[in-house]
Amino acid sequence: MPVRVRVPTPLRKFTQGADEVNAQGTNVKALVDDLEKNYPGIKERICDETGKVRRFVNVYVNGDDIRFLQNLETSLKEGDSISIVPAIAGGL
Amino acid sequence: MSFVTGLQCRECGQAYPQQPLHVCDICFGPLEIQYDYDGIKKSIGREKIAARERNLWRYRELLPIDGDPRVGLYSGFTPLVRAHRLGAALGVKELYVKDDSVNHPSFSYKDRVVSVAISKAIEFGFDTVSCASTGNLANSVAAHAAKAGLECYVFIPDGLEQGKIIGSAIYGPKTVAIKGNYDDVNRLCSEIGDKYGWAFVNVNLRPYYSEGAKTHGFEVAEQLGWKLPQHIVVASAGGTILPKLAKGFKELVQVGLVEDTGFKIYSAQAAGCAPIIQALHQGTDVVSPVKPHTIASSIAIGNPADGYDVIQAVKESGGWGESVTDEEILEGIKLLARTEGIFTEPAGGTEVAVTQKLIEQGRIPRDQSIVISITGNGYKTLEAVAPSVEKPYTIAATLQNFDELFQALSPRVSVKAVAV
Repeated sequence: MPVRVRVPTPLRKFTQGADEVNAQGTNVKALVDDLEKNYPGIKERICDETGKVRRFVNVYVNGDDIRFLQNLETSLKEGDSISIVPAIAGGL
Repeated sequence: MSFVTGLQCRECGQAYPQQPLHVCDICFGPLEIQYDYDGIKKSIGREKIAARERNLWRYRELLPIDGDPRVGLYSGFTPLVRAHRLGAALGVKELYVKDDSVNHPSFSYKDRVVSVAISKAIEFGFDTVSCASTGNLANSVAAHAAKAGLECYVFIPDGLEQGKIIGSAIYGPKTVAIKGNYDDVNRLCSEIGDKYGWAFVNVNLRPYYSEGAKTHGFEVAEQLGWKLPQHIVVASAGGTILPKLAKGFKELVQVGLVEDTGFKIYSAQAAGCAPIIQALHQGTDVVSPVKPHTIASSIAIGNPADGYDVIQAVKESGGWGESVTDEEILEGIKLLARTEGIFTEPAGGTEVAVTQKLIEQGRIPRDQSIVISITGNGYKTLEAVAPSVEKPYTIAATLQNFDELFQALSPRVSVKAVAV
């Protein structure tokens, strides 16, 4: 079940500079574990020590924030597109 | 000239040298500019500031540029209006309106942050500036880019008010409307910024950009005679301005420009998009994103990047926050216009209505100094208020027609109504 993952600049040092990588997983949690297997060190940048997604990291599945879905339990299917994006200031 | 010593992550404390970097490599936390405050304290003074031009650069020691400012030479130093009539309407003794609706050149608080960001972009050597915007930021970036002769791309959600779309397009940038809300624009811009290497003022220049927001607070203090306000109310969207106002007030104390008399800061949001207020009221600092549904498009950000910092700054100051409905926002706009002659956009109406609510709740006492930070201009968002203001009376060009209308309008003269 390969899905495409867009990698933000701060994480590309783990992916040898690649801005997009393939990964596997039936849900987001499994996907992050799979990323960690291939790109050691990447998981602790995405998740804190309790395993939750860090405060300033946003994860999107096909453009939808996983906090509107089932967070790390959000299920994935083949061809899904995942974005990992830092929070951004703005508005007013 | 610069007193900047570097960047530091607000979340994990990691330090970085000055560079166009906006999030911590380690934890994605926002980066904060670090200054040599002892050096600033020795260099800065009230008289020195008073002798400078009336623009936001009069506080340049506390801003993160190295050379002379490149843009924004007329931005900032907006009026602090003593609001007697609005104060009377709200039943408070000492009320002020800090009026960034007349900021130069694009009529919002954004001219502050953009002046700093684009000056910094030029220092870093960028030739293209860009932003993700709910409208006002795009207006300001486009205007300042035009003045500086830079290439400019602005990204906005589709469905914005005409005034905000045309208010960017007139300056000649490439304006890109994204199908979706601001949070969708944000996500895309983060990816575009990575790929194209532009100076996105609120993405890769965010630490510099957000420092500009402090000048709103510096001016309030200077205009109060170098005193901190006891209470200040400001709207929260992504959450940049509120923590920066608090930071700015603390810096003024630290460098010896004001006495540490304390201040309480209050966050205002629209009920249709109030993730920060919800978290505050629930007693948590975890801000859960929401899907925005409000007429206050400039603060319709469901996933506020600096929401956590808003809550910290509010709690540390002893302040609070409230949200108000779209109806209350419209009433707030009208109340400010009809008591102070200031026409603000829905974000400003939110601030007025929230101030009223906090006073009625007893959260803000009636006998202390209160500042409402008005951040945007109502002439850009006419659609929002058009349905709720009186239509003009259309009459023929004869004195008799006006006489009839006047009698119909005047409560003192009893006549039967005339059709108009």
